Amino acid sequence: MKLIVAIIRPDRLNEVLEALYRSEVRGLTVSRVLGHGGETERVETYRGTTVKVDLQEKVRLEIGVSEPFVQPTVDAILAGARTGEVGDGKIFVLDVAQVYRIRTGERNEAAVTPPEVEHATE
Amino acid sequence: MQSINPADTAWLLVATALVLLMTPALAFFYGGLVRNKNSLNTMMMSFVALGVVGLTWAVAGYSLAFSEGGPLLGGLTYLGLQGVGTEAKGTIPHVLFMTYQATFAIITAALISGAVVERMRFGPYLAFIALWTLLVYAPVAHWVWGGGWLMSRGVLDFAGGTVVHINAGVSALVAALVLGSRKDYGRQAVLPHNVPFTLLGAGLLWFGWFGFNGGSALAANGLAGLAFSNTFLAPTAALVAWTLLDYFRTGRATAVGAATGIVVGLVAITPAAGFVSPGSALLVGAIATLPSYFAIALRSRTRIDDSLDVFAGHGVGGLTGALLTGVLAQKAWNSGGSDGLLYGNFSQLGLQALGCVSAALYTAVTTFVILKALALVTSLRALPRTEGIGMDVSQHGEEAYASGEGSILLPPETALVPEPVPALRPQVASS
Repeated sequence: MKLIVAIIRPDRLNEVLEALYRSEVRGLTVSRVLGHGGETERVETYRGTTVKVDLQEKVRLEIGVSEPFVQPTVDAILAGARTGEVGDGKIFVLDVAQVYRIRTGERNEAAVTPPEVEHATE
Repeated sequence: MQSINPADTAWLLVATALVLLMTPALAFFYGGLVRNKNSLNTMMMSFVALGVVGLTWAVAGYSLAFSEGGPLLGGLTYLGLQGVGTEAKGTIPHVLFMTYQATFAIITAALISGAVVERMRFGPYLAFIALWTLLVYAPVAHWVWGGGWLMSRGVLDFAGGTVVHINAGVSALVAALVLGSRKDYGRQAVLPHNVPFTLLGAGLLWFGWFGFNGGSALAANGLAGLAFSNTFLAPTAALVAWTLLDYFRTGRATAVGAATGIVVGLVAITPAAGFVSPGSALLVGAIATLPSYFAIALRSRTRIDDSLDVFAGHGVGGLTGALLTGVLAQKAWNSGGSDGLLYGNFSQLGLQALGCVSAALYTAVTTFVILKALALVTSLRALPRTEGIGMDVSQHGEEAYASGEGSILLPPETALVPEPVPALRPQVASS
């Protein structure tokens, strides 16, 4: 049971979501964030004022998965988010102490297993 | 030789300003339909035509379109606006006539941009609209309005259904095909980022169009009143028809649909405005929505990325309007015009079709050649990576909705030479 946190480029979000869908990873949270990963700076000019945009828009994915899904999830994000240039982002895999599904009160592995998969294994 | 009429001149002064406003209006119409990251670039593609096309028109375009020449092209008499003064051209000052026509050339070139947004590089676009004005717009304007072969055969185009809309629509289709589709086209949802902009643009286009059609009478008279009123009537019918189509097809009346319906109604009445009765204008507006509505539905199922449906709106709308002019025109409303099919003159419809087909063919071939020639010199498209970042930042170094968060002010001396270094260097512990 792991929490996978990934920071990716906004314009790769669609590719990542497609790859995750193909890997049958269903539940996830997406947020817009600002960040910097060492990519080349971007310079913008407004009425003679020149600024260096240090913090770029990124997208953060948070996905709680059971052990068998850890590697497929990571692989999907790697495949979807990679452009090969600096600034593609990071994936963090974190241990999780406990997970609860709010709707049912289920814990841990059961809480991160999609309902339809449960029925299939019954 | 007629002399200058003060009333005609006053109306054309106003009409010229109205038509000029249509280009910023188009910028809003188009700008709202694209994604946030490409909105400035899209609006700039319209705005910059005010400069590039306006200048090209003054230097050579006007002469090629409106000076004495052959049946296919005007001459070089007015090159650099020499000989274009305050003397009467019709009943208005010649220099005002030139300016009025310039505003038409500007919006026509800007219309094409809707087919290539979100991917065409800005530099090649500038070169394209300058060349297009000289090689496509000026000749076709000469054919229809400047004493060229279509005019002498009696093809009716009151305010530019063929010259402006078929011309721009067909060029747009060719340009979309030459450039290829956006990398995200057909792969992910590409949604309008600001529908209120699009509604604002449609409203201002309608307002400006009173100058476009009403002014094309080139006088402050009954004909101007007819064209003006028809410019009010046709879009009312088109707006209602489009809304009903939306209701029947999807159960909901969309705002983007309403904006599109208004524009299609305006496009369709453009060639007919001064030749048909007000009742016919309502009919033109209502009928014209059908082909355009289904052209949009059909186009979006293909790989043709005419991104903002310039062909479906202006090409198909212009074609419908030009043909309906051949059906509904009445000498009873404009003695300088002709009767259409419905009023016993069968040849007019054929003439209208000839005008459409010849303009479309010439425009398609010439646009193709211009773009292919430019592609030999430079690449027309942004790289996929650049497309991903967005055209605002990559082409203009600006964002439409910059928050300023995470931006560092550069002192003026360093600002001039931005070094391409990583912004946050790996942090090394100081000794």
